[in-house]
Amino acid sequence: MSEQQKPGLSRRGFLKGVGGGVVGVTVLPSLRTATARYGTSVGPGAARITLTVNGEKKMIEVDPRTTLLDALRDQLGLTGSKRVCNKGQCGACTVILNGRSVLACSMLAIDADGATVETIEGLAKGDELHPVQRAFIKDDALQCGFCTPGFIMSSVLLLRQNPSPTLDEIKYAVSGNLCRCGTYPHVFKAVDEAAKAMKKGG
Amino acid sequence: MAPWKKLDEMSLVHKEVTRIDGALKVTGAAQYTYDIQRPGMLYGRILRSVHPHARVLSVDTSKAEALSGVRAVLGAIKDEVNFVGDDVAAVAAVSEEIAQEALRLIEVQYEVLPFTVRESEAKKEGAPQVFSGRPNNIGNHDERSEGEVEKGFAEADVIIEHTYHLNVQLHTPLEPHGCVCEWRGEDLYMWDSTQGVHSTRGGVARALEMPENQVHVITHHMGGGFGSKLSPKSYNIICARLAKKAGAPVKLMLDREEEMLAVGNRPSSWQKIKMGAKKDGTLTAFQMESFGTAGIGGGAGVPQPYIYNFPNWKVSHDDVHINAGAAAPMRAPGHPQANFAMESAMDELADKLGIDPLEFRLKNDANSTRQQEYKIGAEKFGWGNRKQSGSGTGLKVTGLGVGSGRWGGGGNNRTEAIVNIYPDGAVDVKIGTQDIGVGTWTIVAAVLAEELELELVDVKPMIGESDFPWAPASGGSTTAPSVTPTVKLAAEAAKKKLLEVVAEEYGVKPEEIRYGKKKFTIPGQGEIGWKTACAALNGKAISEKVQWAEGLSSSGTAGCQFAEVEVDTETGRVQVKRMVAVQDCGLVVNLLTARSQVNGGMIGEIGYSLFENRLLDHDTGIMPNADLENYKIPGALEMPDFDVTFYDEHERGVIGLGEPPAIPGVGAIANAVANAIGARIYELPITPDKVLMALAGRKEG
Repeated sequence: MSEQQKPGLSRRGFLKGVGGGVVGVTVLPSLRTATARYGTSVGPGAARITLTVNGEKKMIEVDPRTTLLDALRDQLGLTGSKRVCNKGQCGACTVILNGRSVLACSMLAIDADGATVETIEGLAKGDELHPVQRAFIKDDALQCGFCTPGFIMSSVLLLRQNPSPTLDEIKYAVSGNLCRCGTYPHVFKAVDEAAKAMKKGG
Repeated sequence: MAPWKKLDEMSLVHKEVTRIDGALKVTGAAQYTYDIQRPGMLYGRILRSVHPHARVLSVDTSKAEALSGVRAVLGAIKDEVNFVGDDVAAVAAVSEEIAQEALRLIEVQYEVLPFTVRESEAKKEGAPQVFSGRPNNIGNHDERSEGEVEKGFAEADVIIEHTYHLNVQLHTPLEPHGCVCEWRGEDLYMWDSTQGVHSTRGGVARALEMPENQVHVITHHMGGGFGSKLSPKSYNIICARLAKKAGAPVKLMLDREEEMLAVGNRPSSWQKIKMGAKKDGTLTAFQMESFGTAGIGGGAGVPQPYIYNFPNWKVSHDDVHINAGAAAPMRAPGHPQANFAMESAMDELADKLGIDPLEFRLKNDANSTRQQEYKIGAEKFGWGNRKQSGSGTGLKVTGLGVGSGRWGGGGNNRTEAIVNIYPDGAVDVKIGTQDIGVGTWTIVAAVLAEELELELVDVKPMIGESDFPWAPASGGSTTAPSVTPTVKLAAEAAKKKLLEVVAEEYGVKPEEIRYGKKKFTIPGQGEIGWKTACAALNGKAISEKVQWAEGLSSSGTAGCQFAEVEVDTETGRVQVKRMVAVQDCGLVVNLLTARSQVNGGMIGEIGYSLFENRLLDHDTGIMPNADLENYKIPGALEMPDFDVTFYDEHERGVIGLGEPPAIPGVGAIANAVANAIGARIYELPITPDKVLMALAGRKEG
């Protein structure tokens, strides 16, 4: 049974089903599944989906095999979310979907139909950067920057859920994000400072 | 040529300056090679060998070519494949999914050949040959010596002898290797994730047998390389050929598995070492027989005897080929390998002699900078709290260790830059360097603005294009000492020209004009601002092209690092708790980004010491852990506290910092583990199984 025929399964779920060791969970029960919308089978032709991305409603046609990440990057031109491992191991494609953290490489675009998606491109309000973004620049919490959007999205979600995280809570919140240049200590500092700035209303 | 200003007179150099590309990177707007989209762009994929060694008898691409959406196919790239992951064929299609599907339709007939993936077996008589004509798979053989090693051992009171083994480490940049190729007439435009726009231009032009001035390489932002991206690789050529054949732009980015198999690694190292010292702690002799594998490439040598003074020494080394991807330089090639073995041996010898390991180093390290750094580091770290090895009790035991390193670096004298000052007051610099994540955008802008006494926002750095003046590939800690002196000198030349033009315009001599902070004071005529002064250019921009010169940079760095680890004696898990680095690199151009680089070096050392290990299956030649979960790089939960001190030698000018901090901690961590558990582990990475075995051995022994 191919993955697009498996009802109600995200690509991550599929990977798990065949024994790939994966971490975290991204299956969202509130989503209309591909099954509900299209019946038991989608494709091989393109399917039409609707996403609310960074506040804008977008209608796109996607190959049923296309991941949410590729749809964002290749069809909507939102290339801030990065493709590094493409199997849910590094966090570089972290987006916020219906208020929860999702690895966009490990969810099929058709499974995100109807969802509200926040990406790194939507954080700043015009020229005004989000406090987490400002702190990342100030504390040099980036080097090559390829992992940075993922780290920022994980950090933003953390501070929404926990405005006063401890150092251990910060470490845990970004423990699904990998960096190779070695920015971790500056990331911890930046998230801590952003939390303090946001409490002051900064 | 004016020297660098005094430290307290500078406002942008030797300061904490945030990255000028920071906003682009935190908003997702920075366009990396992976993010390039071109009209009508196709997606390329490479079919890779599933055999570690085989002759390619035939490649039938007819079914792939017939698949709807496929635009170009390259069959039979090589006659013989030498490792799992070697190039076999390639396709370009309108989507990545179709390209992937097309690969499955390519039918390849192989004649499978004998192979070897263990260097310890590959060098034995009768082992399968990786290349014909190289018996026992030995590539380069190297022998060096000084003094009389036998005499040295005869003088020694204590001698130790062990074999130290380091496995293959992978660069693992987050952005994989890859490029986008677009032909415009006869010209090839290539966005490439490279550490060298000029080295890539040259290499691609040679491979495609086309004039260099028809190849244009662009790398504005790139997601890390660590040495693996210093020169073009086969994917560049494959992508260019696919784009030519398809008549459309092609993006070809490697996936994570390909990245781990085919485009570089740090060679393994086996070092059989014998080392002796007198009772008073004077080293007398060092002997090493080593080998290592760079896969089908060469260059697994180690710079022993590392750091310390041995009056008598003798080393011999063999590069051994195996059926695995070729190595590539990785942050301080050879040095961390030498560091691990040497620092381990030093501590073991110190223990046998009953001398404190730090005292032992102070006695045998002739480098005056490191002599100071050891003392500074020991003070900051609290070295005095180090206990006798293995004396800790309880479930968790802690240990302290120290290690040191050296590196060359230095400026490339062929580097050039052009500084332009325009009639409207705009200023830019063009230099064909690239920012591989270390902050080159920012230091280029900072040096230019510092020299012209402008603000950062007033200047426009232009880097990352091979059509700009030549600069070296970013490797070996050469970028900052090549680029910053050249930009400074070009700015100085442009400023001189500007003063001449202004002087002529206002009828005074150039030396009579005082310039400072965007203000020109002209005798008898008062002050004019930057824009007014530039208006005197009367429509023609100043454009000064200048070559690097001696005097603003140096070569040679020294550093040491201290590590504290906690070892869980029940699980064998090692957690690094603290690391202290003391490092010199001459004049630190940007104190903020430099600290990031040192942190990064230490984090790389943690991975190498404790986690990272490329496995190759003996029976199939495949790498079973070719992903980011099973090839483990350090994550947030493994982070210790870091303390970085730059040892001030600013008077030496700018020296590179990429390699130096990626060396000392490997030995420091290994020594801290040995200090904690009272037993030594002679092989990296120090994984829990090895710790438990060492603990068991200690109890038995």
